[in-house]
Formats: sequence, C-alpha cells, structure tokens
Amino acid sequence: MSLLNTSFWEVFKASFSPGVWKEIWPAALDTLYMTFIAALITLVFGLLLGIIMTLTAKDGLRPVRTFNTSMGWLVNCLRSLPQMIMIILMIPVARMVLGQSYGINSCIIALAASCIPMYARIVQSSLLEISKGKIEAAKSMGSSNLQIVLRVLLPETLPSLIRGFTVAVIAIISMSALAGNFGAGGIGDIAVRFGFQRFQHEVLFACVYVLIIIVQIVQFAGDFASKLILKKRHLI
Amino acid sequence: MSEQRLSVVNNVILRIDSVNRTYIDDADNSVEALQEVSLSVKRGEFLSVIGSSGCGKTTLLRLIAGLDTPESGELMLDGEKITQPAPQRGYVFQQGSLFPWLTVEQNIAVGLKARGIYKENKGQVAEYIKLIGLNGFEKSYPHQISGGMAQRVAIARALINNPTILLLDEPMGALDSFTRADIQYKLLELWRKKNITMILVTHDVDEAIYLSDRIVIMTARPGKIKEIIEVKLKHPRDRGKSDFLALRRDILEKLHLASTSPQPEYMI
Repeated sequence: MSLLNTSFWEVFKASFSPGVWKEIWPAALDTLYMTFIAALITLVFGLLLGIIMTLTAKDGLRPVRTFNTSMGWLVNCLRSLPQMIMIILMIPVARMVLGQSYGINSCIIALAASCIPMYARIVQSSLLEISKGKIEAAKSMGSSNLQIVLRVLLPETLPSLIRGFTVAVIAIISMSALAGNFGAGGIGDIAVRFGFQRFQHEVLFACVYVLIIIVQIVQFAGDFASKLILKKRHLI
Repeated sequence: MSEQRLSVVNNVILRIDSVNRTYIDDADNSVEALQEVSLSVKRGEFLSVIGSSGCGKTTLLRLIAGLDTPESGELMLDGEKITQPAPQRGYVFQQGSLFPWLTVEQNIAVGLKARGIYKENKGQVAEYIKLIGLNGFEKSYPHQISGGMAQRVAIARALINNPTILLLDEPMGALDSFTRADIQYKLLELWRKKNITMILVTHDVDEAIYLSDRIVIMTARPGKIKEIIEVKLKHPRDRGKSDFLALRRDILEKLHLASTSPQPEYMI
C-alpha cells in the first residue's frame, strides 16, 4: 500500500493490521536487543573513559599528560566519523572479532565504537562541573583518589550523568536504525526494505510508531530517574 | 636552660618558615600571594589571620592544609613536613562544601568512612551532632537546613577526625550577624572542650578579637605579615566593653594603613 495511490487514512488504518505487525514485532525486539547491549557497553566503557580522561587532565586528580593528550586525540578521531562511515568501517572489524560482518551482534560493535567516545565526552563535561571545594573537602578528610571518584564525583554528578546517558541511548537507537541498512536487521532494516524499496508505507508508519514509543520511554525514564535523585536531595 | 628551650620547642605545633607562593593571574602577571612568611603557632592556641582580600590569608591556610604547595620555604606540623592534605589538619571551607547527596549524619561520617573506621566509631557521629546542637536534623539533607547549621555540620565533619589543628577559612563569612555570634560562641566552646589548635582566616575584626589569642595582620601584594597582636582580654569577651573597642580601633587603624600601603596604583 503506497501513499502514491492510496489515501493517507487508508495507509494509516493499514499500519495497525496484524500482517504488518507480524513483521514489526521481531524487528522491534531486535532493535531493543541491539540498543540494550550497545547501551550497556557504552555505559561501562564511556563512563570509564570519561572518568580516566578527567582524572588524567592537566588540573585533574592524577595528571598524566601524554596519556591524556593521546586519549583526547583518539576520542576526537572517533567522534569525527559520521555514523554511517563508522558502520561501514566496523564491518571488517566485526568479521575479525565475531567472524560475521552482518547481523545484530556485528552492528553492536559499530554502535559502541561511535557512542562510547560520545558518552565519554558527556561524562567528562559533567565531571568538570563539580565544584573544586567538594573535592578538596574530601581530600582534607583523608579520602583517596578512588574514594573521591566513587564517593564524590559520581554521586555528585549522578543526575547529569543519567541525563547524558539518555542522550547517548537515543543516539544509539537512531544509529541502529541506520545500521539496519547495512545488514543489521531491526526496525531500520524493515523501514528500508518495505517502506523505501517496496513503497509499503503502512509498514513505514508502523516503524515510526515503534521508534517514537521507544525514544519516549527512554527519555521519560531518564528524566524521571534524575528528577527523583534531585528531589531526594531537596535540590528541586 | 636547655630544658626550658625544649619545652618552648614542644610548645610550637606549627612552624611556617619563610614561605613563598606566587600565582599567575588572568592577565599573565605574577602575583606574590605570600612573600617570606614565617610564623609559629603554639599548641592549643586560637590564632586569627586578618587582612584585606588578596593578602594571601587563604593561600596561607591552604598551604597549611596541604591543598597547595609553596615554591620555597617549609611548613612543619609537629615536626613533620606538610606535603599533602591529611585528616589531622581539619579544614572548614567558606560555604557549600557539604555533600548534597548525603544527610547531615552521613556528611559528618565521611571522614570516618574514608579512613575505614566507621563501624567501630558509629557512636561518635551522634555525639558530634549533639555537640553542635543539631539533634533532630540527623536525617536532613544540606539543602533543608540553614546556612548556620550547615557550617556547624562542616565544623563537626572536620572535628570528628580528631585533628591536631583546625583550619577555618572564613566559615562565617556568608552568615548573618546573629548566626555568626552563635557560631562564634559554639566555636569557643569546642575549642575549650577539645583543647585543639585553631587557625581562623577572617575579614571581621570583631570576630578575630572575640575569639583569638593572637591576631596576625597581613598586607597585600606582596602578601606579608605586617604585625602580630596579642589579645589579652579574658573570656568571655564583651564586644561592647571599652578595652575590646580600643583594641578594635587599634586594629582597624592598622588595617587602614595596610590598605593604603605603598604602590596604590596596583590596588584596583
């Protein structure tokens, strides 16, 4: 059913038909799986990278100049690649690591490679906002650097780390749709194959609903969590 | 003679020996925050450092805390060189240094937890809450209590580490005069009870006279000690009495001289 020869209303109604959703459900699950695993990897490594870059910076807790400069350079390199190029670039890497260059798991490598540096930068900017006085207070009470990270830096910036993570997850979702075009499967794949190549616009519509709902849920969860924390601290 | 000398040496808890510290400011000028500053602080003494802003008084306190290092000169506490922050040198910051994600109780316990001795000293937290008169606020968060209460928590948080010396960086600077008087009273009480050495940085002459055994007057650019004044008034000191006021006038005059010190073209 195409918008070229069918009314909008007809296409809209058809987009809720069971036939369409038989295609959509498995694809939606694939997208959720990709997003979830990629988000998890991004959270762990992005957080780690962001913390390390903050600590080793010139005015950080443990300056290591050459390391910090080279890390910054690497992150900038990865950040400067458009998502599509990153996906293509990671195809041989996926083949090397997983022995397969297509499929959801292979795509996760590209998602992580693109979103880890992005989240690392978000983490870094959150951590830089913390007032020096609080770090010095912890120092003057005998806290070690590790204690300062775990008991001052992370708790203090938790609300903004969560908000930043929400941004990163939404970027992962949008990139996973793009990756669908390059053999990753998921909603993006369905949208291209049915909506673009076969002009089945009712399927495209259904893809749009799914993406909107997923992003809304992610955004709501992120906002809710960070607000809850701020409320608990009586900051709002 | 030698015995007497030994007791004098032992009586000094902190020795600051010709310390220099220079900063590069935003306009790329080097500012001598401290120039050849030497000072000895006696055990159990209450010392105030007073001077116009930019005279290096906070820099001096940060050096003692180990939060900053001098370019030359030495700082020795109990015969040990100060190189980094340590819990035996408690530090109370100007304001807003409490951790907003922790309750009053948890904020006070931070030092104990950092040193891994929280479990066996749990009872101390309640003791210190009582000592600063915050019973009933144990579970409150910093944003729920007043500025004066927050500063009392900050003092308790430093004191729970049993410091040999407590460094106070204008802890009452942002408080109204009633709250300030209340905390000054509390501070004296703690000083007497704990028999602890305290160094207070302030720009409030009354506060310095009310609390201190000695007052160090500093001048700016370069930051130097201009004079050390001994306060011999008996506790409790009456802010309205003539000897208090005479000393106040005396110090204000000195500060006024200090603020129009040479090279006024730098005083912007």
